[in-house]
Amino acid sequence: MAPIGTLHYLVVAAALFILGVIGVLTRRNVVIILMSIELILNAVNLNLVAFSRLWGLHGQVFAIFVITDAAAEAAVGLGILIAFFRNKETVNVDEVDLLKW
Amino acid sequence: MEQAIQPGMQPVATTFFFYLLSGLTLLSGVFVITRKNPVHSALALIFGLLAQAGLYLMLYAPFVAGVQIILYAGGIMVLFLFVIMLVNLERSQREERFNKQWVVGLVAAVALGVLFVVVYVKGKALFPYRIAQPLENSNTQQIGVMLYGQYMFAFEIASLLLLVAIIGAVVMAKKRI
Repeated sequence: MAPIGTLHYLVVAAALFILGVIGVLTRRNVVIILMSIELILNAVNLNLVAFSRLWGLHGQVFAIFVITDAAAEAAVGLGILIAFFRNKETVNVDEVDLLKW
Repeated sequence: MEQAIQPGMQPVATTFFFYLLSGLTLLSGVFVITRKNPVHSALALIFGLLAQAGLYLMLYAPFVAGVQIILYAGGIMVLFLFVIMLVNLERSQREERFNKQWVVGLVAAVALGVLFVVVYVKGKALFPYRIAQPLENSNTQQIGVMLYGQYMFAFEIASLLLLVAIIGAVVMAKKRI
């Protein structure tokens, strides 16, 4: 088999990114949409770390910043979700249509 | 830093482990977006994050792999599981799991995938098979030096971001301010 190069990792990351995009665009449950966003961020992280093998450690440092962002995003997103569930008793995004009137 | 990887210390069965770990990552990604129960999705995501930490180890990034396990699989996913148990699931489990525009969303995602394929097929020569410097033994030390030297300002901004996120989450989730 061919040796594993950077392109292999990039293809895996692209597939993971597509899975996350499909999850964001097709699911109704907000929790699963937030988890799909985590999948997208992880795909980006895999790209960054794969490139850091070619061009030094800057990619790994940036991957750590991306993980920090993911933690902040998860905290704020889940806080919004709890506030939303308290008001509307639902976790489905297509029932949040108050701005669509 | 001065000790490069010895010829006798080459990693073994790289190809096999790459395909195993990336297959596990993608399979758990598929489980995340197709399961009806969000708890199953969260458990699949934890499994996928652990497999991806293995991929980071194969890329000579042990510090990022450790951060991935501790912060992602240990911290963020616990937060997700707590929130899943706070919002009730019985109603959403009987309902349709995909929204009405799922065909459009799938077509858009497939179009994005075709774009990726075109880019990677045309730009294959830009990603060579070389390895710059797999410095596994001093990886954490070097990342620490970079974080507190060159990326000091970004590091402080990140701490400010976390503070804002904490305050925002508390304000949002509080019943009455």
